[in-house]
Order: sequence, then C-alpha cells, then structure tokens
Amino acid sequence: MKMVTAVIKHFRLDDVRKALTDMGVVGMTATEVKGFGRQKGHMEVYRGVEFEVRFLPKVKIEVAVPDEKLDDVLKAIQTGAKTGDIGDGKIFIYNLQDVIRIRTGERGEEAI
Amino acid sequence: MKRFLSILILIGLFSLASLGFAEEAPVSPSEVEQAAAAPAPTVDTGDTSWILISSALVMLMTPGLALFYGGMVRRKNVLGTIMQSFIALGVMTILWVFYGYSLSFGPDIGHVIGNLDWVGLKGVGLEPNPDYAATIPHQAFMIFQMMFAVITPALITGAFAERFKFSTYLVFLVLWATFIYFPLAHWVWGVGGWIRNLGALDFAGGLVVHISSGVSALAAAIFVGKRKGYGKEPMMPHNITMTLIGASLLWFGWFGFNGGSAVASGSLATSAFVVTHIATAAAALSWMFAEWKHRGKPTALGAASGAVAGLVAITPASGFVGPMSSVIIGLVGGVICYSAINLKSKFGYDDSLDVVGVHGVGGTWGAIATGLFASKAINAAGNDGLFFGNPSLLVNQLISVGAAWVYSFIVTLIILKLLDATMGLRVDHESELAGLDHAQHGESGYVL
Repeated sequence: MKMVTAVIKHFRLDDVRKALTDMGVVGMTATEVKGFGRQKGHMEVYRGVEFEVRFLPKVKIEVAVPDEKLDDVLKAIQTGAKTGDIGDGKIFIYNLQDVIRIRTGERGEEAI
Repeated sequence: MKRFLSILILIGLFSLASLGFAEEAPVSPSEVEQAAAAPAPTVDTGDTSWILISSALVMLMTPGLALFYGGMVRRKNVLGTIMQSFIALGVMTILWVFYGYSLSFGPDIGHVIGNLDWVGLKGVGLEPNPDYAATIPHQAFMIFQMMFAVITPALITGAFAERFKFSTYLVFLVLWATFIYFPLAHWVWGVGGWIRNLGALDFAGGLVVHISSGVSALAAAIFVGKRKGYGKEPMMPHNITMTLIGASLLWFGWFGFNGGSAVASGSLATSAFVVTHIATAAAALSWMFAEWKHRGKPTALGAASGAVAGLVAITPASGFVGPMSSVIIGLVGGVICYSAINLKSKFGYDDSLDVVGVHGVGGTWGAIATGLFASKAINAAGNDGLFFGNPSLLVNQLISVGAAWVYSFIVTLIILKLLDATMGLRVDHESELAGLDHAQHGESGYVL
C-alpha cells in the first residue's frame, strides 16, 4: 500500500477529486496548508507598505491506495491538478505500513 | 435668503400654534426681549426626530470604527483593537454626563472652558437651549454632542494599535477627554469660546474631532514607539472585509455626524447630507486612482480609506459649501491623504492604522478648504471663503488649525509622559508577541 500526498492549487481540488473518484478512489483527506516552492511568494501592498507574502496558501490531499492502483492515482492527480503554470504543486509517495478501519477493526487493503 | 425667511415664518407659525404651552413656563423680561428678536424656544418635532436619529447614527460610527480598525490589525489583536473603540462608548458617556458636557458647552469661563453649572446634567432638561439649538430639547443636543465625544478619542487608538495597555488606555481616555476634547469643543462650539468668537468655521468637527485626534495620534505614535518587529515582520491587515464593513458603517453614520450638525431638520441638514456623500464618493475614487497609478492596483483597502478621508475632509465644510465645491474637496482630500500615508515610512514612526495621514491631514485640508470654498449662499450664518471674495476667513481658519495642532500635540505628550511614568504605556514583550486578545482580555477573536 502507498500513501500519496499532493500539494495542489485550491481551485484544482474539485477536478482532482473528480478524477480520483472516477477511477474508484473512495476516500481522501484535504487540508488547507501554506508553503513555498520554486514559485516563491509575492508582494502585497497595503496603504503604501509592501509586504512579501512568503508562504502561499495551498491544499494538501492525502490518499491511501493499494499498490496496483498507484499509477492510475498518480495520473489522476496530475490530470486534475495540472494547469501548466508555475505553482501547480508536487506529489509525494510513501510506503504505507498498515490501515485500520476503526468501526470494524479491519486491517490492510480491506480497510482502505 | 428666501429659504431663511421661509424657515423663520415656519418657526413663527409653529410657535404661535404652541403658545398655550409656552405660557406655562415662567418667562423673564429679558427672555421676552429675545423672543421678539428670535423665535421663542419651542420644541419642533421634526427637528427633534432628526437630531435623535442623527445621534443614533453617530453612535453607530464608533462600532463602525472598531471594525474598520479591527480588520486592519493582525488576528491576534482583533479584540483588543475593537475593545479600545467600543469601550469609549462606556467611558465617554459617563464622563460626558458627569462633567464633560458642562466643561464643553456650559457657561463660559475666560473663553477657554465651560464652568461646572451643568455637572451631572443639572439644568440640562427637556426645554430647548436657544444658545445652541432653539427647536430641540436641550438633552437632544446634549446626547448628539455626546456621540462626538465618544468617537474622537477612539480615533487615536489606530496610532498605537497592537501594543497599548488596556488599563492605561482607560485612564488615557479620561485625561485626553478632560484636557483636550472638552476644552477644544468649548473653544470651537461653546458660547463664548475663543475660536467661535474669532469667526473660524467648523461645521461638524474638523478641528475638534479630526485635527485633535489626528495630531494626538502623531504625538502618540512617536512617543509610544514602534511595534515589535515593525518593518521586519509582515503586519498585514487580517480581514479587509471587516474593514470595509466598518468603513461603510462610518459612511452611513456620518450622515448624522454632518447632517445632524445643522441641529435642525430642513435645508441646511439636507445640504450638509448631500455634500458629505459627494465628497466621500469623490475621495474614494481619487485615492483608488492615485494608488492604481502609483502602485499598479486599485485596492479595496484604498477605496475604503479614501472614503474615510473624504468624510474627514468634508466634515468642517459640510454646512458651508455647495455640491461642486464638495467634489473638489473630496478629490483633493483623497490624493492628499494617500500621499500622506506614503510619507509615513519616510518619517519612520509607526502610526499603525494611519490616523495622522487620514484624520490629521484630512482634517487640516478640510479646515483650509472651508476657508476657500465656504459660501453665504449655502449658509447665511456662515461666511464667504477666499474663492467667494473673502480672504479673512482663510486666515481665521489657519489660526484655528494652528492652535488645535499645537495644543493637541503638546498636551497629548504631557499626558503620555505622565502615564508612562506611572502606569506604563505598553504591554510587556511577551504579551505583545502573544497578542492583546489573549494577554489583555483572555479571549480569542476566532476559534477556528
């Protein structure tokens, strides 16, 4: 099993969700986050005073997937999140040791 | 002139109709003499309605100011900032009843202050006081003026936002009102006050409200010192939607502030109402366009700030100028105030929410503009300004502005020096980092 984490643009969240559910993903977590990457920040001016906004708001999604679905999931996230402009975000993939469904106590891929 | 005559006739008719009531009150011979020259003091229900509504409108400006300022600070200071405005409603109301109204409008002592005859509102009843407003109950005039006393010191809080100790602030309110607001209100509006006698014009408080608070804000920003991390850490407004709601409430309430300052309903109130709106619209546009050209973007904060600058600028002139003059006052006001806030960083003081740039500079421009654009055709009880052939008014305006600047600046410094030595002005280092909400009030503005 793999845990797929992606940091994406806010307005792509619905597209990513649709792409994932279309290919059979049944659950995900989304969190509002801030960060910076190559896009860096930008300047904002309030009453003549410049502030550098160093951390930009993004959405982080987390999806647990069985190994055989990994490639499809990665493709779906890329399709949903890509605008082609700087700041589209990144995908991180980890090995996932175990999953437990709290209600039933099921474990592993059964619990995803 | 025609309008003035018809008002006189109307008032005359009304007093005839209510002669039955007038007879009940004991009338002294001197009062009879006055009555022959001026209409007898009889309560007019239309005038009273407008002044009571105006009082409520001006009251709403203080919570409006709280939101205007509250949105501009960081989220950890939103409640502390709102509280500094909101609690002025409490403190200033009680002060006004106890002795503030008496010192401001009571019988004159030496042209500088009222005496204590009206302490506890003694003698301030439901009969009109013809010295101030002949057609509304004296208490209606009193409560209308009270709302001005409430908002004025609250305006200053923007200069020391995010760092001032609340307990010290409460004492500051009392001292500032006692030694600056009440005397200034007496100079300008009290019968016998020296600026009133000089013939300088301040319709709704350019001097008393905006120059006094704006200049005191300058003294406070310099004396209190910068916020920790000023110029290094980002200190962006945390909620500009809140600021825009606040600015809108200020705009709305200002119709009472300026329109109500006619202390009667009718032509003059209408004229003040109309020019207030026009100048505000013009200044919102001129600030926005100035910033757009200068910085590349038309900002919401800029439009809101411009509107407030326009309201400030038209305040002293509102009862004396016509619509096209008010367009110019607003357009110039927006650009001048926008330039002033940009100069702030060059001078290096931390007037956090730009009280100096908006109220000090806008109020000064308004007082000068009154000397330029005032016209007897608008208000026969006023005067003609420079552009209507009378340079002497402008001189009087400049004298009154100079006096208000010097007096407000020096006395505010003395008050702050005293408080610094006794109570301390600022919250401690840790509290400032944690934010006023948690450190001073034990609350959080947002539980999210």
